[in-house]
Amino acid sequence: MTEVPTAVLEVTDLATHFHTARGIVRAVDGVSFSIEPGQTLGIVGESGSGKSVLARTIIRILTRDGSATVTGRIALDGRDLLTLSETDMRDVRGKDIAMVFQNPMSSLNPVKRIGTQIGEVLTRHLGLRGRAAQIRSVELLASVGISLPAERLNHYPHQLSGGMRQRVAIAIAIACEPKLLIADEPTTALDVTIQAQILDLLRRQQRAHNMAMILISHDLGMVAAHTDLVGVMYAGQMVERAPTRSLFHGCHMPYTRALIRSAPKLSDPPHTRLRAISGGPPDMLQPAIGCRFGPRCDYATDMCRSYKPALSAADADGTHLYACWHPLVAGRILP
Amino acid sequence: MKPDELLSVENLSATYRLPHGRKLSAVANISFSIHKGETLGLVGESGCGKSTVGRSIMQLPPPTGGTVIFEGRDLASLGGEALRRARMRLHMIFQDPVSSLNPRRKVRDIVAEPMAIAGVVTAPERVRRVRIALAAVSLDPDRVMDRRPHEFSGGQCQRIAIARALIMEPQLVICDEPVSALDVSVRAQILNLLEDMKARYCLALLFISHDLAVVKNISDRVAVMYLGQFCELAPSARLYQAPLHPYTAALIAAIPVMDPDRRPAAPPLLAGELPSPMNPPSGCRFRTRCPRAAAHCEELEPAWREAEPGHFVACHFPLRPAR
Amino acid sequence: MAWITLVVGLAATANLLPLRSPIDSDFSAISSWPDAAYWFGTDQLGRDIFARCVFGARISLAVGLLAPAFGLGVGISLGLAAGYFRGRTESIIVAVMDAILAFPGILVALAVTAYLGASTAILIFLLGVLTIPAFMRVARANALVFAQREFVLAARAMGATHWRVLRLEVLPNVIIPMLIYALLVVSRIIVVEGVLSFLGLSVPPPQPTWGNMIADGQGDLATSPYISFIPSALMFLTLLSINLIGERLRADVRGSAL
Repeated sequence: MTEVPTAVLEVTDLATHFHTARGIVRAVDGVSFSIEPGQTLGIVGESGSGKSVLARTIIRILTRDGSATVTGRIALDGRDLLTLSETDMRDVRGKDIAMVFQNPMSSLNPVKRIGTQIGEVLTRHLGLRGRAAQIRSVELLASVGISLPAERLNHYPHQLSGGMRQRVAIAIAIACEPKLLIADEPTTALDVTIQAQILDLLRRQQRAHNMAMILISHDLGMVAAHTDLVGVMYAGQMVERAPTRSLFHGCHMPYTRALIRSAPKLSDPPHTRLRAISGGPPDMLQPAIGCRFGPRCDYATDMCRSYKPALSAADADGTHLYACWHPLVAGRILP
Repeated sequence: MKPDELLSVENLSATYRLPHGRKLSAVANISFSIHKGETLGLVGESGCGKSTVGRSIMQLPPPTGGTVIFEGRDLASLGGEALRRARMRLHMIFQDPVSSLNPRRKVRDIVAEPMAIAGVVTAPERVRRVRIALAAVSLDPDRVMDRRPHEFSGGQCQRIAIARALIMEPQLVICDEPVSALDVSVRAQILNLLEDMKARYCLALLFISHDLAVVKNISDRVAVMYLGQFCELAPSARLYQAPLHPYTAALIAAIPVMDPDRRPAAPPLLAGELPSPMNPPSGCRFRTRCPRAAAHCEELEPAWREAEPGHFVACHFPLRPAR
Repeated sequence: MAWITLVVGLAATANLLPLRSPIDSDFSAISSWPDAAYWFGTDQLGRDIFARCVFGARISLAVGLLAPAFGLGVGISLGLAAGYFRGRTESIIVAVMDAILAFPGILVALAVTAYLGASTAILIFLLGVLTIPAFMRVARANALVFAQREFVLAARAMGATHWRVLRLEVLPNVIIPMLIYALLVVSRIIVVEGVLSFLGLSVPPPQPTWGNMIADGQGDLATSPYISFIPSALMFLTLLSINLIGERLRADVRGSAL
């Protein structure tokens, strides 16, 4: 992997394995990528592809019952997060890296006032207290588009709508102006019109603070519209990674194309036959040998079923990578 | 009622009593019909009452106002046994396929349940029909019949639920967000399957979803709901191509399209939050978020009218003047 | 598990086994320590403690199993009705249960046995009634959860009667956590029965129960501690194994639910 000196986050060969009673689940298996300040990396994948585990691994909030082992390197501004002690990591979390979750109702503490929850972050990481913390909280709430911010400080999460709660969660996440914001399905629980508002808010905050952002989603349309780079995950591996434009204009991995094609599109007339991907989600306890998408792929050959394809570059500068033995070029597979 | 109308809903209302004497009007005065073999899509944001419409048709619980006429009979006036018999011709598929199957029962019993309730056929005949239904939804009867739901993925569970819904060969199936809990790749399989089943059994569907792209794909006509009322109802292609109601237009614009060169409008077209259905705005319910709202909208509830042939809308200021 | 099988097996077949009578005295061996002839020794009246333990187990287990079974049956029916139908049905059932809970249960049991005289049947009934409210609550809580699941709605949509929905859709899901809970109640009831018979308010002597055997040994703890110790140990082992079984089942159910 080429060194990108300006990268905020550089993940190298990251693997998260869970040791369960039924065997080892390789939830994340050898993932590498890097993000520069102000960039948004979209991570798409279906359930069980490991995208959420990847996020939790980066911010180190996996279960601590010892069932998970993490290997590889996660460098934030050159500092390997995996070597930090839990105490040091606590200082990174919320300050340098913040996270926004899918369900704001469960990420906010239901029995604490909004003001208290924002204040805690400000006190812990910035040492702001009392009046100063309060002024900053009001500013933050106003900046995420909450009306009457001073009054909202005294409200509890359940008094707000889903969209409002997500705005509060974002306010808490950006409170310390983190270098990296990880948004894990931030709009999945919200309605389409609110979803558009939240994504717009995230983008504006990102620009204002020159944050790097990881946007995790199963929604390809959202990823196409809101990211600079996209990583496609399948069964714990990143099977294609490319600048967003390059990916949607010419993906090389058959899975990516199948994913794009299987979604119903507004531009198609009613009753257009969808191109479904056959089969079901991969069994993570016994992933396929060779290419993990092999069993569902239309183009799979003996090669695919026997050997795992490595990430290879599709272009001269190495920005578009894919892992496939029979990549698509201009929509066809190479002979 | 016209001869090919299968279901006709007139002035349907559902009002719930809440604690402290409050009332929630989940559905207010909606009317529509579904023809034989037709798919009517019903879209709207959460809390707009779209699921309540589906359940009111099933009489679970019965609506508080209006009539639901299915195959010429008013379901609300049918009691007990007659209603149960009518329900055999009317089925429902739910959002969460795992939750809609009893985890303690075997697939063969789950799929056979409608026949067991109806008490229509002999045991060997039931098994035969279960096998046909499972094969129809592309499941191998020998492999699945004696297993329980937790051994299957979400997509497979939804196939089982569809097999159960079709076993009595109903006329109408109400699908309440049937693919929302499924992954993109599996979603396409299930949508295709529903289309196949529709052709095979000459089904009519009421397809309830928040996903406009999915609804467009499967529906012949689409109705858009906002805060318990219909905004617009039109043939699918027409509605998406030339919406009349500002809400429909905003909904369509809010969907991210899968094209990195077409970035969404900033700021988004529709500002603000959904008002509480317990205390809906006066006049037009959409006026608080509507870019075209005028004083008139506050005072007068817009009438439900046929602005163009087959294209209904409830708006004082539709996006195109009515003919 | 093996222990429970042994205890239940011995208790169930006590009449068929070549045991000495639990009531007859052997005056040649009074308060004799355990030996080859009397495995567990004899008590102050020369009665075989092994035989008495086995017969005592019958009472303890009969009360310990049947009383919760009775409570389970009634509690589950009430709880399902309350959790599924909600509304007025629920209010009435909950009110009645609260009334039962408000009685000082053990005292009532004491009073009734003191007045009517104790028999195994009365004991089972009384202790059973006392367990109903707890079973009802557990059943209701579970029924509430499952009644909201879509498969119940699906069954209603197919035209199933309430009775059918309760029997086929709700009950099978509620019964497993109920049985696990019942095991807990079983061990509690065995203790309660022990306490009652220790106080002489259970089945009257000379009929042996573990509780009255422990009581019998009290006086001679210094010279013949085994008279009290053996039935105590039996009770301890039995309760321990019931609790362990419950814990195992709970883990299994959780495992299969994942």
